[in-house]
Amino acid sequence: MSARDLLALTAAQAAEASARGELDADELFELYRERAAADLADAEGLNCFTWVAAQAPAQPRAQAPLGGVPVAVKDLFCTEGIPSQSGSRILQGYLPPYTATSVERLADAGAPLLAKTNQDEFAMGSSTENSAFGPTLNPWDRERVPGGSSGGSAAAVAAGLAPWALGTDTGGSIRQPAALCGVVGLKPTYGAVSRYGMIAFASSLDQAGPLTRDVRDAALLLAHMAGRDICDATSLELREEIVLPSAEDLSGIRLGVPEELAGEGIEEGVLARFRGSLDRARELGAEVRDVHLPHAPHALSAYYVLAPAEASSNLARFDGVRYGLRVEGSDLLEMYTRTRHDGFGSEVKRRIMLGTYALSSGYYDAYYGRAQRVRTKIAEDFREVFALVDFIVTPTAPSVAFKLGEKTADPLAMYLNDYCTVPMSLAGIPAISIPCGLSEGLPVGLQIAGPAFSENRLFDVAHALERALAFDGAPARA
Amino acid sequence: MLEPVIGLEIHVQLRTRTKMFCGCTPSFGEPPNTHTCAVCLGLPGSLPVANAGAIHFGLMIGLALESELAPRSIFHRKNYFYPDLPKGYQISQYDEPLCRGGRLGDVRIHRVHLEEDAAKLVHVGSSGRIHGSDESVVDFNRGGTPLAEIVTEPDLRSPEQASEWLKLLRTTLRALGVSDVNMEEGSLRCDANISLREAGSEELGTKTELKNMNSFRFIERGIRAEIERQRAIIDGGGAIEQETLHFDPASGAITSLRSKEEAHDYRYFPEPDLLPVEIDEDMIERARAALPELPAARAKRMQEAFAVSEDSARLLAFRPELGDFFEVALASGADPAPPPQALANWITVELVSRLPDGADPAESNVQAGALAKLVATASAGGVSVGAARQVLDRLVADGGADPQAIIDAEGLAALGGGEELAAIVRAALDANADAAERVRGGNAKAIGPIIGQVMRETNGRADGAEVTRLVHQQLGI
Amino acid sequence: MAIDRAEVLHVARLARLALSEDEIELMARELSAVLDHVARIKQLDLEGVAPSTHVVEVTGALRPDEPVPSFPREVVLSQAPEVSGEGFLVPSPQA
Ligand SMILES: [Mg+2]
Ligand SMILES: [Zn+2]
Repeated sequence: MSARDLLALTAAQAAEASARGELDADELFELYRERAAADLADAEGLNCFTWVAAQAPAQPRAQAPLGGVPVAVKDLFCTEGIPSQSGSRILQGYLPPYTATSVERLADAGAPLLAKTNQDEFAMGSSTENSAFGPTLNPWDRERVPGGSSGGSAAAVAAGLAPWALGTDTGGSIRQPAALCGVVGLKPTYGAVSRYGMIAFASSLDQAGPLTRDVRDAALLLAHMAGRDICDATSLELREEIVLPSAEDLSGIRLGVPEELAGEGIEEGVLARFRGSLDRARELGAEVRDVHLPHAPHALSAYYVLAPAEASSNLARFDGVRYGLRVEGSDLLEMYTRTRHDGFGSEVKRRIMLGTYALSSGYYDAYYGRAQRVRTKIAEDFREVFALVDFIVTPTAPSVAFKLGEKTADPLAMYLNDYCTVPMSLAGIPAISIPCGLSEGLPVGLQIAGPAFSENRLFDVAHALERALAFDGAPARA
Repeated sequence: MLEPVIGLEIHVQLRTRTKMFCGCTPSFGEPPNTHTCAVCLGLPGSLPVANAGAIHFGLMIGLALESELAPRSIFHRKNYFYPDLPKGYQISQYDEPLCRGGRLGDVRIHRVHLEEDAAKLVHVGSSGRIHGSDESVVDFNRGGTPLAEIVTEPDLRSPEQASEWLKLLRTTLRALGVSDVNMEEGSLRCDANISLREAGSEELGTKTELKNMNSFRFIERGIRAEIERQRAIIDGGGAIEQETLHFDPASGAITSLRSKEEAHDYRYFPEPDLLPVEIDEDMIERARAALPELPAARAKRMQEAFAVSEDSARLLAFRPELGDFFEVALASGADPAPPPQALANWITVELVSRLPDGADPAESNVQAGALAKLVATASAGGVSVGAARQVLDRLVADGGADPQAIIDAEGLAALGGGEELAAIVRAALDANADAAERVRGGNAKAIGPIIGQVMRETNGRADGAEVTRLVHQQLGI
Repeated sequence: MAIDRAEVLHVARLARLALSEDEIELMARELSAVLDHVARIKQLDLEGVAPSTHVVEVTGALRPDEPVPSFPREVVLSQAPEVSGEGFLVPSPQA
């Protein structure tokens, strides 16, 4: 097969071709490896990667279910002996002695590690600008951000530098960059994928998930990494095996549009594409109706208490004692404070401060305690809505990809990127973003969310819509 | 009149096969940093998973202390920075502990919860490696070892009572098999909350927390020193400040720890990496089935079943090896059987004094059955107490199943009321005519030298009561 | 909901973060802005609502008490900024 033909294949198509012996997995690996390595080496590149494999793995993988189709994973997944620093200077040069469960499962299933991808430091950000490795650029427009925090993974898949990729989503970090880069991104049900080996941001929200060219790829990748892991107490066995989606219509499907997440604050071009998607859904037989998530407008506030609070504690281990950066001081206290001052970037420091404040004596009830209660209400809102409709649809992000540097000076403006994705994170439910068209030449994402463990049905709906929307991602791979 | 009010906080290292949240085996003096993994080193991306064995031990402790077992308990993060705390927080239970309430002996239990131990920090002085600093080396072997923290209500009233009660707790935990409970090795650690109040008052005074009392002796000394310190302050018209204090066993000095660290703000919040611990009937049943007879219950049973005194029962039950020896001796089939109270005395006084401190008599030369026979013989008057002690010396030195053989071989059999003893008494009266005269005159104490001579002549085989009877008979009183 | 300089310093101390003069000012401003936004949840009536830590229910999360091999010490110490013999070298807390 020619390089051009290989590149045109989705990951699932490549895996199937590999299994049939029509494709040489080593050749496929080398093709993507060279493309990724070129981007890594090119100062004018997209800066998608923090590390790229030097060669294909020794063992042939054609017989494994994923056929040897290589995967790029976000820097924050620990990979044994391979740099893993979650985009942070404080973990400069850190080589973990073990590999994350999800990455190991994928390798065992025949998806070897191709590269590590750039991200916002400790997954805190929506633009992949907060990285010790510098910003990643959006392949649709290099003056714009790819979204974040899994921007490296999204941009790499969009640009055809990786067949598929792993990201993590805490408040939108898979879905929003997927939307801004014109690829598919799934945040699974909380607990569906082991968090073991993911350098933590906010433990009760973090979830690993696929960033892929299409919905089938996402289902295939999830199928081989999901499930209970003895090393993660919050992981669980899925209630049913993940199967590849095949639905082509939406007859009998009830879609709910929550007014709170699909109106005010959303850019007009995005809304237009969103409304167009609803029309396609109706044509496919779906019933579309308005629903309400009355507490959703408070989700962002609750999120910006809970996530920083957990992060402030999760990031306490970076103390210059066992690994990573150490900046000496005149005593222990100074060693700690200097190491953490120099090692963390400004967004991470801001969130550590915010979280420490929210947990500190006298403020816990007003902030953390209340945010946990808001979380309860948001989960209840979803339960009530899912009694009326099968899925909820919203725009994934309020805008298309914005310019580099445009929002870095205004934390609140940056946080608003997660407005439509955070409610699902707080409720722990699965949500997928699929590209639904272009606005001003830039991709727009459609978010579909379902009840906990509804991944298979969610994939089916996304698959049917994807066919009808017929988004063409080829321009970004040119 | 000021009265001390004392509560204890005890940390017990649990003897599980693995640590609290990872699969490393706990270390017992192995080389530093050889019992560690991603989890107990707090490596990025690692996650804790609670050890079912530690929960099981926690439930056993709760049952033994008659606590209420929480159907659902929660782990929290206690956040603070210290080099021996790899994650920057300790996973501990906070407002929803595994066990609440309970009682052991006269002391009420407030709560029992599970948590992870810190690592070990060894101060190495200044090697010059870190510019201008005194240095320490961290060994994470101990880090993550499961701990049960047992907190009492302030029911103790004296240092002696505190140390006595702690011994009961130790015996209880040892009987449970959940811990080595060794203070010197750090598997049992005790802090004390101490305050003073006007005797009879219901209100509690301001308390201080005293740390680092790493032996039973230091517990008593430390608490006593703190009581005296507080008494002096109050007597001088001062007020006690609530603070954490450090006891230095070498000097006996008490120093404040407050200056070291600004006021703590641990920012507790529910550990998001762990789910609530749900305790079901099965787990409770398994813990209950694993409970041995506990010292307090054993003491009560011994008192009732064998009619031994409360003191003897406690002495036997709180040192389970003595209780076991006692019960084996009683069941050995000695005929006649020894009276249980006499046997208890012989074990807890005579035998214990002849063995090294804390030794298990079952591992000595003395056979329980032999001791049973000896005590039976002595109680029946077949051998005098003094002679029986000599026989016991021989049993301790050489062993043997038949004390009667020693009695016979050594000619230690008691001299009955026969003519032989009467003649020896007569000779003693002749030799101590003055004393005999005074005894006849009503001075009972004057009999001493007469009995002394009889005992010397008989090598201690004569029974004291019989000798006295013969003296009185021959003097006609 | 302004957070002042003293509070910033107190929180930075709890979080073991050194902050330059510029950073203190900026942090006070930015934290105040975010807290203002976040403080909207104070208007909600949450009387009687239970707090949730996890929204998805999971069970069977205990680990059997069975040993798993530990790391060799070379691995344990390999990433440390400062090592002394068999352990991690740190400035003494007592100092
Ligand atoms: Mg404790
Ligand atoms: Zn371990």
